[in-house]
Amino acid sequence: MEAATAPAITPGEPLSTAAAMTAPSRFGDKAFEWLTFVMALSVVVLVVLTGWQLWHGSAIAIKKFGFHFLTTSTWDPVADEFGALPFIYGTLVSSLIALLIAVPLSIATAAYLTELAPLWIRQPLVSLIEMLAAIPSVILGLWGIFVMIPWLRDYPFPWLKRLFGWTPFFTGPIYGPSMLAGGIIIAVMIVPIITSVSREILRSVPDLQREAAYGLGATRWEATRIAVLSYAKKGLFGAVILGLGRALGETMAVTMVIGNTPQIAASLFKPGYTLASVLANEFSEATTDLYLQALFGIGLVLFGITILVNLLAQLLLRSITVKSATRAVQ
Amino acid sequence: MTMHFERTHHHTWRKIKSALASFIAFASAVLVIAPLGLVFFYLIMNGASSVNWDFFTKLPAPVGAVGGGMANAIIGSLELLALAGAIGIPIGVLGGVYLAEYGSARINSILRFLADVLNGVPSITWGVVVYGLVVLRFKGFSAYAGGLALAFIMVPLILRTTEEVILLVPNGYREASLALGVSRWKTIVHIVMKTASKGIITGILLALARVGGETAPLLFTAFGNRFWNHNLNEPIAALPLQIFTYAISPYDDWHRQAWAGALVLVTGVFCVNVLVRILTRGRAASVV
Repeated sequence: MEAATAPAITPGEPLSTAAAMTAPSRFGDKAFEWLTFVMALSVVVLVVLTGWQLWHGSAIAIKKFGFHFLTTSTWDPVADEFGALPFIYGTLVSSLIALLIAVPLSIATAAYLTELAPLWIRQPLVSLIEMLAAIPSVILGLWGIFVMIPWLRDYPFPWLKRLFGWTPFFTGPIYGPSMLAGGIIIAVMIVPIITSVSREILRSVPDLQREAAYGLGATRWEATRIAVLSYAKKGLFGAVILGLGRALGETMAVTMVIGNTPQIAASLFKPGYTLASVLANEFSEATTDLYLQALFGIGLVLFGITILVNLLAQLLLRSITVKSATRAVQ
Repeated sequence: MTMHFERTHHHTWRKIKSALASFIAFASAVLVIAPLGLVFFYLIMNGASSVNWDFFTKLPAPVGAVGGGMANAIIGSLELLALAGAIGIPIGVLGGVYLAEYGSARINSILRFLADVLNGVPSITWGVVVYGLVVLRFKGFSAYAGGLALAFIMVPLILRTTEEVILLVPNGYREASLALGVSRWKTIVHIVMKTASKGIITGILLALARVGGETAPLLFTAFGNRFWNHNLNEPIAALPLQIFTYAISPYDDWHRQAWAGALVLVTGVFCVNVLVRILTRGRAASVV
């Protein structure tokens, strides 16, 4: 047995190279693996640290207000009364407006990019959408203040008021900075992400689907609708939820156009306020401890909502990729 | 004959419907990229005239005084990026190496999942967290706090891009190196990471471009400064912050400066993106 594993060394012959080498030290390997492991753990540390810091920072406010913090609509730093409801409302409504605008546009654009557009136009369009995604939020906000809002105030808003003034959503005076303007600027910000994720989803639809539809005599649009879009439904839903997550946390551009007034009003022409905007505006001005605690509480609510929404989005998208991957293997 | 006529009639209608749908999709695509053109048009129209030598070399002028520049904000942004990179790049790259080279499938999928979720956390959250961790504790806004907040954004971004490009390196490279008796960690550093270096650098550049335009996490960490920063323990100016302050101010002079700053910032961000495109263009030809 010995002879089989270790080469027999006959005296007089030079040692074989392998036998002459000392066993390599495994210290470097162990150290490097541990180093990279600790670095990879940073994502766990970041999640825990954030949750802990936000919880710890708002402990007194949570103890004082409890769940009423989420259901009270008074935000009065002078009287030390803090309720997050107007901000939660503003965040949800502005994100909803953004989704209503962005989702149809993004999915239609993704379908155009993967199914309908001439081949030569596809790559340039994708590059342009990537460029749109790269514009910093503060610059869109600047454009929003000085270009978009005056235009909205002069043309689309009066027009909406004339057409839909009989509903409670488009009534009252038109100032410009408003919930609707906030929703529109968020839509511009989330269109690129929904489009590019939807495009990936549509691209992962197997060609067999399309071939089957065309084989049955479908037109291009019929093949897109029946064989591609409905097949990719769940993934597209994941893309939309991912966009929702971005919309909820969008900060600078919204802060610059939404009007920053903590109120709950049906009219979308009235100014609103979001969770992220109140943090941006008031955090460095918090004068009392309770005020700061309440703002940490706002941060906790925002973190909680976006974590949940992103978890949902990742689960939806992950199940899609796993499914299509297994299908590819079969 | 009638049957035939009906069928062609129906067929024509289906073709019209298909063309109509294609047109609507095309119109949507135009609408989606329209803001890009509009933003650029107004940036150049309102900003170009104020981008001059003074803009890059002078401090901001007081209200009412004409001229002045954003030299401190430009340098401040670069300092913040250097700080963020010094913390975020090693953590992100090495973490990505772990996900691609070591670890069990189960643990790695959890870490990957957390990184993806972190990428969706609003950037202002990092400002709030760093405010609690650093600013409150050390009693003051500082460049260090701003850099840390930006680093927190960079880590999950770089981690995921690094992992993806390292996974693209063919296993044969690793096997060949290990077969020559090179230890595992040296194989990873000298063979795998070197092969994937273009992709890793691309990921780092994109992360820097992304955080270079971030304002929200700096509002109450770096805080902004009208003068030069001589000590990283003090508040520091940053280009996006300065644009924000000027944009919401009531002064026309400051609005002009905001447009000029925005033009410079966008140009910087797009230059990095073009650089990335040049870097990745040869990717199809080389291995990674």
